[in-house]
Amino acid sequence: MSNQHRKKSIPPKVWAGVVLVAIALALLPFVAAMVGQAWVRILNFAMIYTMLALGLNIVVGFAGLLDLGYIAFYAVGAYVYALLASPHFGVHLPFWVILPMGAGLACIFGVLLGAPTLKLRGDYLAIVTLGFGEIIRIFLNNLNAPVNVTNGPQGVNLIDPFKIGSFSFTRPETLLGVSFSGPQKYYFMLLLLTIGVIVLNLRLQNSRLGRAWEAIREDEVAARAMGINTRNVKLLAFAMGASFGGIAGGLFSATQQFVSPESFGLFESIIVLAMVVLGGMGHIPGVILGALLLTLLPEVLRYTMEPLQMALFGRVLLDAETIRLLVFGIALVAIMLYRPAGLWPSAVRKRELEVKPETP
Amino acid sequence: MSQLTLLTAKGITKRFGGVQALGDVSFTINHGEIYGLIGPNGAGKTSLFNVLTGIYTPDAGSFTFDGEPLDRLKPNEVAERGIARTFQNIRLFQNLSALENVMIGRHVRTKATVFGAVFRDKATVAEEAAIEKRAYELLEYVGVAKRANDLAKHLAYGDQRRLEIARALATEPKLLTLDEPAAGMNATETQALKRLLEDIRRDGTTILLIEHDMKLVMNVCDRVLVLDYGKKIAEGSAAEVQNDPKVIAAYLGGEVTLEKRA
Repeated sequence: MSNQHRKKSIPPKVWAGVVLVAIALALLPFVAAMVGQAWVRILNFAMIYTMLALGLNIVVGFAGLLDLGYIAFYAVGAYVYALLASPHFGVHLPFWVILPMGAGLACIFGVLLGAPTLKLRGDYLAIVTLGFGEIIRIFLNNLNAPVNVTNGPQGVNLIDPFKIGSFSFTRPETLLGVSFSGPQKYYFMLLLLTIGVIVLNLRLQNSRLGRAWEAIREDEVAARAMGINTRNVKLLAFAMGASFGGIAGGLFSATQQFVSPESFGLFESIIVLAMVVLGGMGHIPGVILGALLLTLLPEVLRYTMEPLQMALFGRVLLDAETIRLLVFGIALVAIMLYRPAGLWPSAVRKRELEVKPETP
Repeated sequence: MSQLTLLTAKGITKRFGGVQALGDVSFTINHGEIYGLIGPNGAGKTSLFNVLTGIYTPDAGSFTFDGEPLDRLKPNEVAERGIARTFQNIRLFQNLSALENVMIGRHVRTKATVFGAVFRDKATVAEEAAIEKRAYELLEYVGVAKRANDLAKHLAYGDQRRLEIARALATEPKLLTLDEPAAGMNATETQALKRLLEDIRRDGTTILLIEHDMKLVMNVCDRVLVLDYGKKIAEGSAAEVQNDPKVIAAYLGGEVTLEKRA
């Protein structure tokens, strides 16, 4: 009897949707390549930012802890990868060894940041995390003396790309009659990882722990009165969020093959936070949408603004970079005014209850 | 006697700066009792609640709960020991559904970890199903099951109060402490609340009730403790307390006598 209820049959419509999305995602890099390989790279970065935003969403969206230094964990992951897979130390570990190490170290840093800030909320927490982000960046900038660890402002160069055995992800190659460029191979690799991260996030949200995070976000006093150990649960939010940041950082290193401290400034933290807030805090599809929009839109503007001005005025009045930030800023303000809960805020999660009476 | 006693408070004292919120308050609550806590505004009722549930630390005095000391525990540890509470100003998880609110109440009695959440092993899946089932049962128990999928903030006021009780019950408390559950309810809702309290007691949970609605207190409570200016001024059955001159004085001033209920 209860088994009958438990079985969740997926309706064919949903299956059809999944198949369609899968086909679209599989074709996307080839369509993008028609416009230019640069667009495939942009898609790759969009996925890395998606993972980063999902990680921050755990801290900000689920647990409600405003973190302005989140990029620090991304930096930790990126540098772990850079230092363990580059000629800088002459160490070349495979990526599946380094990514977990990066995630682990970022996780430790997450706890280090979380522990002293447990009693802070809102603005105060934001200030401390902001400081933490800057500390990490400044360390990276200055750890080239007396012992050269990070190579300072010059950054680390010639980082190893993904490689499984002799299968390199940078070489163009023809597989099963389809020719893949380097960025296209990366695309599929990153797509797999992104889907993995999304699944992890969905599972975390829909769990005892996810509910505890949301309880803390909604009302910390009530959460404690309900027996939730807010200290541990908050630390776990910082740790999990940071781990995802660390993974995204490692992937960034492998994709960019170069890291320097300037990739990890406050502006980056703010952009990632904007992705979360703009998409819809605490709502995973919303956050993904936010991340994709905020990575793709500026690029679209970069490529269209100058030709547009040439067509309209016959000359370029504002250079692409300026107008890009201008449009970007206006868009952010407009969205916050008209959709303060984000572009795609979460609806109530309906639950299918087993105990519901069956209608014959 | 010790079998009967669930909670003993001895000499509880709490000061806020120069204000003495609670002065040397002692009382005992027995298993299976509905114990009322009344007093004029500012008498220290909620302070006593907050001291009991670990939100404040008492300056002096101690609690013994179910045979064990309850001192210096954090609110979550108090909940773990088996004291659940509601709040005077409803503190639900506003943007979560009614059902999720109650499911969060199950947190302290369940065990799933990050690994369980990520890998969805058999035990975790079974636990999740049990949490959901129990939460739904509790919603039915307090009578808000129809609104299970509505956001807590969209519930009617009386339903929010009931939902808070369901959430507290989800922690499987031995002692359920309610801070003015009838506040803002109309007569019908209060009647329903009274029945709910009696059901809860019948099903084996002891209740500590702060309430301003005298009719409810006098009808439902086995014993009543009266606080005034942080001091215990009377304790006893509803009828005893009602006729206590000190209580009458505290509520109405010295000269007037309390009108006797039929």
